[in-house]
Amino acid sequence: MRDNANHTPESLPPGPGVGYKPQHYSDILADPGPVRWLEIHAENYMGDGGRPLAQLRHLSERFPISVHGVGLSIGGEGRLDPEHLARLAHLVGWLRPASFSEHLAWSTHEGAFLNDLLPLPYTRATLARVCDHIDELQEAIGRRMLLENPSTYLAFAESEMSETDFLREVARRTGCGLLLDVNNVFVSATNQQTDPRACIDDFPIGAVGEIHLGGYDEDADDEGAPLLIDSHGREIADPVWALLDHTLARSGPLPVLIEWDNDVPEWPVLAGEAARAAKHLEKVAA
Amino acid sequence: MSGGISQAAFTKALLDPDRPAPASLTSPSGAQAGKRFDVYRNNVAVSLTEALGVAFPVVRKLVGDEFFTAMAGVFLRAHPPKSPVLMLYGDQMPAFLEGFAPVRHLGYLPDVARLELQLREACHAADARPIAPDALAAIPPEDLASARFALAPATRILRSQWPVFSIWQANSEEGAPAPIMRGEDVLITRPGFDPAPQCLPAGGAAFIEALMAGASLGEALEKAGGDTAGFDLAATLALLLEGGAITSILTRDSET
Repeated sequence: MRDNANHTPESLPPGPGVGYKPQHYSDILADPGPVRWLEIHAENYMGDGGRPLAQLRHLSERFPISVHGVGLSIGGEGRLDPEHLARLAHLVGWLRPASFSEHLAWSTHEGAFLNDLLPLPYTRATLARVCDHIDELQEAIGRRMLLENPSTYLAFAESEMSETDFLREVARRTGCGLLLDVNNVFVSATNQQTDPRACIDDFPIGAVGEIHLGGYDEDADDEGAPLLIDSHGREIADPVWALLDHTLARSGPLPVLIEWDNDVPEWPVLAGEAARAAKHLEKVAA
Repeated sequence: MSGGISQAAFTKALLDPDRPAPASLTSPSGAQAGKRFDVYRNNVAVSLTEALGVAFPVVRKLVGDEFFTAMAGVFLRAHPPKSPVLMLYGDQMPAFLEGFAPVRHLGYLPDVARLELQLREACHAADARPIAPDALAAIPPEDLASARFALAPATRILRSQWPVFSIWQANSEEGAPAPIMRGEDVLITRPGFDPAPQCLPAGGAAFIEALMAGASLGEALEKAGGDTAGFDLAATLALLLEGGAITSILTRDSET
């Protein structure tokens, strides 16, 4: 009855995890350091065989795995791609991950996959569509999912509600949980010129099952206003660590993921970010 | 439902850098989205260009980074991915290159793209267990001609009028010999997890293609001999065996 014997935990441990990159495979097995769980992008593990699946199978015997979808287009105006739903159901079926998450965004239009998390107007029509799609996904994979708040760079004139109100209503109607990306809150609040702390204070924190952290790049818009880009290509910025403390003070300990997808560093650098997350988590556990 | 921008209009603007950002997208001060919309445009173009660069490293090396980036921009707008599973994105690249006027003088380029596509397919093909090294020798000689071979799902054949393997090798491996102008047929096997492309002797491609189509060894030999005289059966079988490409042998009354 050891809960490590068979890695099908119902949820992720409330400690640091990292986004898994194949170049870190041997390092992670040799010394995971503070890292207690791993997150993978679902779409990279949808081949018929080969090294990616073999490595994932092996890692899943050692670590709880979070499957993070980046391509379902939950906010798309069209119907969900039934082939992709089937691929997700297959992956979740054999891997039995500790968590499954996807994004409040769209990425496919009329069969063309645009490979970015594109923004949505927060209207009643969008809400109805997103809820239908989440119902369909949760039905297909046979489990509850977490929905992630996006990084946004612009506003829609037609939006009728705030992002937090939108997420609260999605969680209430579908029963899904939420993935709170604290970096995305900071990036979006800066770009939308709102208060990131107020956003965290208003966030439906009881539904949150996982936190994401990542690095951003700094730019400026046409008027010279700050424009932060969610690049996942560097260390997490100091104000985002501070916002993490603010979040954890409300939520208590949660699984916290370090995302580093571009210019991926050597393992010790990534493990160092995870160690930093562990320190922030210890502050709330104490 | 309130008005606003459809995803069709958003997509059109996203893929056409000459269009202005859609009017209902704004900054917090209510100004046109402009540079803010360009973040999304940039994400789409850069991420798909990167995916193509990873997918076709030798094509990229042959045309140069700057040219490849410009060409990828044309390709990704004409052929955006049809699936969020990007590991096999670019299956239309060989046909695209055949019709792309600026590379018409590089006649071998489409076949190099075909080879790189097949290498990726082989990477992600289903795993398979090869037969024991002595399994072939164990077949009674009188049963050999009628034996049928099952090949691993990763196995690929590419026939080219260009020295496609030598071009690929010269641009992938240190110290590889310079290509000589001739046609080359390539066999891709996947012993373990890493695809291994190799040049086939004359007739080898026809022989293996016949096996893949379900022909017996005797029938496949006829196909190979029909193509060329002096087909080297032993060398071709050795390439398949060393590559772990044979997964079972079916004789009249047994499966090995």
